[in-house]
Amino acid sequence: HQVLRVLPQSDEELQTVQELQELEHLQLDFWLAPRGLGLPVDIRVPFPSLQAVKAHLEAAGVSYSIMIQDVQALLDEERREMLRSGRQLPLNTNTFNYEAYHTIDEIYNFMDMLVAENPNLVSKLEIGRSTEDRPLYVLKFSTGGTKRPAVWIDTGIHSREWVTQASGVWFAKKIVEDHANNEGVASILETMDIFLEIVTNPDGFAFTQTTNRMWRKTRSKHPGNLCVGVDPNRNWDAGFGEAGASSSSCSETYHGPYANSEPEVKSIVDFVKSHGNIKAFVSIHSYSQLLLYPYGYTYTAVPDQQELHEVSAKAVAALSSLYGTQYKYGSIITTIYRASGGTIDWTYNQGIKYSFTFELRDTGRYGFLLPAKQIVPTAEETWLALKVIMEHARDNLY
Amino acid sequence: RAMELPPSLFPAARAAAVALGYLRYRRGGPGRGLQLRELRSARRQDIDDVGHKYYLELELEDVLDKDRTVSCTAEVLYHLGSKSSAPDVQLTVQGELRSTEEADKEFYTRIRSLEKELVAENIPDSHGNVPPELEPILLLAWAASGYVIWQNSTENTKFHLAQVKHVKQVKRSDEDLQFDYVVLLHEMVSQEVLPWQVTLLWHPQRGARVSQCHQEPAPG
Repeated sequence: HQVLRVLPQSDEELQTVQELQELEHLQLDFWLAPRGLGLPVDIRVPFPSLQAVKAHLEAAGVSYSIMIQDVQALLDEERREMLRSGRQLPLNTNTFNYEAYHTIDEIYNFMDMLVAENPNLVSKLEIGRSTEDRPLYVLKFSTGGTKRPAVWIDTGIHSREWVTQASGVWFAKKIVEDHANNEGVASILETMDIFLEIVTNPDGFAFTQTTNRMWRKTRSKHPGNLCVGVDPNRNWDAGFGEAGASSSSCSETYHGPYANSEPEVKSIVDFVKSHGNIKAFVSIHSYSQLLLYPYGYTYTAVPDQQELHEVSAKAVAALSSLYGTQYKYGSIITTIYRASGGTIDWTYNQGIKYSFTFELRDTGRYGFLLPAKQIVPTAEETWLALKVIMEHARDNLY
Repeated sequence: RAMELPPSLFPAARAAAVALGYLRYRRGGPGRGLQLRELRSARRQDIDDVGHKYYLELELEDVLDKDRTVSCTAEVLYHLGSKSSAPDVQLTVQGELRSTEEADKEFYTRIRSLEKELVAENIPDSHGNVPPELEPILLLAWAASGYVIWQNSTENTKFHLAQVKHVKQVKRSDEDLQFDYVVLLHEMVSQEVLPWQVTLLWHPQRGARVSQCHQEPAPG
């Protein structure tokens, strides 16, 4: 379909255009009907009628211009855009589209809306700024008290793992809903706080949206380095620089020039140390469908290995119960690979006993490019496992 | 002398990925996409002066026929000093795979009758979408990358196809279809995403063959 624009300059021209309206078989759709001399007439012309309409106008010497070359292409593109990103700005967290992937701005806007809607439960903390000076935001869910024992959850530390940030958004809404309905995590919130960092690596996330969908690391450029970026899950001070990370800046597992060189990591380290009362720490990645506990940097088993293994078994069973998704579990080094300088190895050595890492859906069919329609089912099943961990922490405070 | 391996441990999973790559190359096509449902058991045997051999029991499914599963046993032998040669794979599928004769013929006819050579990119796209008419092209990419994965795996690697970056059909004077792919392979241990160029020939009766492949140089 094309959209033609005609500007009738004489009565004869106006009549020629009006004649077109009578020719029903042409199936013309007048977006702007003939109204008078000098006023534009816009006509959507289906492809089969194009030749006839143009001939009719040309024979009468009526000039026209092609306003829209291909209406269908425009519609298709717009539809794709709408479906793809739910780009209609949501008015509140109830109209927000949880079944789509979002931009940083949309997620930050979501956070502000959530806080505005629930000022007595949710607050937003800025714990630092990224290399490219983006704010590092953490949502705090608390029903009161002073520095209550807390649970920490982070998503998106590896920017290409998009289902994790998307799940983080869903978790935030879920916490608020449970509290409002006095079910689920409402009981946990009676005695514990929850901290949730949704976009843990905003520079990387922005880069996956603008330039390279497969970007994993931060976007720091350290002096003397050939390449950009540090693997934020090799930059922690636990076996830093040992086997299981790379010393080459061009590598996806580059550990960085020194531990905590990355502000995205340092900000969490500072937060955890100054808070001093975090009892469970969960860092969320994708993909592989695994639930992992420390260590990654050494074969030595953690002292609490048996308990962590039992909690993992229970969490994985809960996750599976929803959609049958199969997870494996175990220590990082035996289940996935040797990795040094990892998040939960550091948090465990800080005394946070319940330190876990998830690798969410899937097992490789889509990998990082998980279809958006799997976001909510993934978040829902993961939440059941998270609740097991949080409840266990609450019932076994140390 | 072969020791039992808990399937949750990574060495077994890596061998299974090799077996799957081999199977996708040998039996994959535009109408068949095999994936691993479950690794049921694994054993490893260390053979002096030869290498490490894995014995696997796999449960597979066809993404186009998810109500059924197919069992398969596989032996994957990683040679000592494995930088030089591909692992040997032997594989037995229990029972019949669903026939794809109709779908293959339809796809073959459709592509042969295209006026302009097919070109596409980013399959799936950033959001995981695959347009339905490109699904067979993606499944052929599974076959092509299956070959690359089988040929280039070691005990220290685990590859998955991350994305088809680009695909271009090349019309031929013989009866084969030819697709020149650029695929991104994600290697789990190093976490690298590596671009590979692969030329795949396919014919409904003759199946898939890789005529050439090489890793693209990393961007600067």
